[in-house]
Amino acid sequence: MVKKRLIPSLLVRNGRIIQSVNFRHTNVIGNAFTAVDFFNTWAVDEIIILDISPNRDFKEKFLEIVAGLSERCFVPLTVGGWIQSKEDIRKALVSGGDKVCINSEACKRPEFVTEASETFGSQCIVISVDVRGTSPETYQVYSEHAKTATGLHPTEWAREVEKRGAGEIYLTSVDHDGSRKGYDLQLVRGVAEAVTIPVIAFGGVGHWEHMVEGITKGKAEAVSAANIFHFTEHSTKKAKEFLIAAGIDMRETYFYKVNQPRKITYEVNYRV
Amino acid sequence: MIALVDYGMGNIRSVRNALVAAGAEVLVTATPEGLKEAGGIIVPGVGAFSDGMANLHRTGFIGALQEQVLAAKKPYLGICLGMQFLAEKSLEGGTWQGLNFLKGTVERLAPVDKEKFKIPHMGWNKVELTRPCPLFEGVGENPVFYFVHSYHFAAHRDDVTGICRHGQPVVAAVWKENLFGVQFHPEKSQGLGLKVLENFCRLAEGGHG
Repeated sequence: MVKKRLIPSLLVRNGRIIQSVNFRHTNVIGNAFTAVDFFNTWAVDEIIILDISPNRDFKEKFLEIVAGLSERCFVPLTVGGWIQSKEDIRKALVSGGDKVCINSEACKRPEFVTEASETFGSQCIVISVDVRGTSPETYQVYSEHAKTATGLHPTEWAREVEKRGAGEIYLTSVDHDGSRKGYDLQLVRGVAEAVTIPVIAFGGVGHWEHMVEGITKGKAEAVSAANIFHFTEHSTKKAKEFLIAAGIDMRETYFYKVNQPRKITYEVNYRV
Repeated sequence: MIALVDYGMGNIRSVRNALVAAGAEVLVTATPEGLKEAGGIIVPGVGAFSDGMANLHRTGFIGALQEQVLAAKKPYLGICLGMQFLAEKSLEGGTWQGLNFLKGTVERLAPVDKEKFKIPHMGWNKVELTRPCPLFEGVGENPVFYFVHSYHFAAHRDDVTGICRHGQPVVAAVWKENLFGVQFHPEKSQGLGLKVLENFCRLAEGGHG
């Protein structure tokens, strides 16, 4: 049986990790490398890094950051933001991503989910679903940084992307984002029970107990958060310990002193 | 020095970075000549078995691996698809010849409860070590590693060193003399994965076998 997962989400705008409250970006947290070195030291199970820049102009810079992270990140890395074509996916993977996270383009062109999973495999395709609303009657999927209503209901949309070959769903309650009141458990559970692929819950963690609830009450396979990790020392380690103590089946911390030279030393003998 | 075989498939960059972090000196090689100077050889891999073998043939690595690994007994570590290449054959999308360095066949996972245990088997899973193996020194009794695969190498019982459970026993690691294979991804398994790579590098430096 695979373990439940703890996944910090890094939101990057113009090369800086930022904090988000209801999808409005507030504080600049700083350098992505510092954060990832920190997460690596303590047992996070994956990392999701999203380019939330207002346009594609920062894409190259973002992929440079991804490439830098992949030199330091020894857990699976999911790369998202401005993934609009198979070429975008290929670039994200070549830059060191293991999976990609797709949102707006899937809403606009559902067949893109099919194309992407057929070309790169389901294990590589994570569909990000942003939801506004506070009850099953009012839930609606939004795209374009939660600005555009799609008319889709999250459970129906989740079933459709599963059918089209998505490997996982990264589910965000926009109303809970940055609220510190916990995940929207009704939303998480509704989607998790509608599909058989794993659901990653995101948005609203203000206390480690919220992550436990995401798994026990929300039935999520993985729990994610962003803001809370930036302001607590040894935060991912504490989160992990809390989850394990609460009886969640997770991987325990193992400390490994990484030999991390400033400049990577290797040779490549390519035949050109 | 560790030669990392680049035959056009797989996450070479991730494996290379993890090896560097584990303290190795790495040569990424796309040509068989690169294996000559190496103390140990790593074949990573993500993708279909038939494409992988075809690429190894095309790039001339098959003969070089027979020479350096079978004859000269250099330590070999196969990761995921690189482990499956060791088999006699694979049943992934047909029947395909493997390197035939170890007995056994690569078969599709067939968990008893298909609703509960999805294919691909993806995520962190506990490995039960079935006998002492130098690759797993210092990782504890039941290490947890990261897996992504739909097929596994049903190897001969004597060659298996670790299994995990996914609605069925899944072969997680094999070892015979200088041949090592892991179904999981040490390059994505954080501290314990780096420890496995470090152990392999130590074996390679020690001129094992």
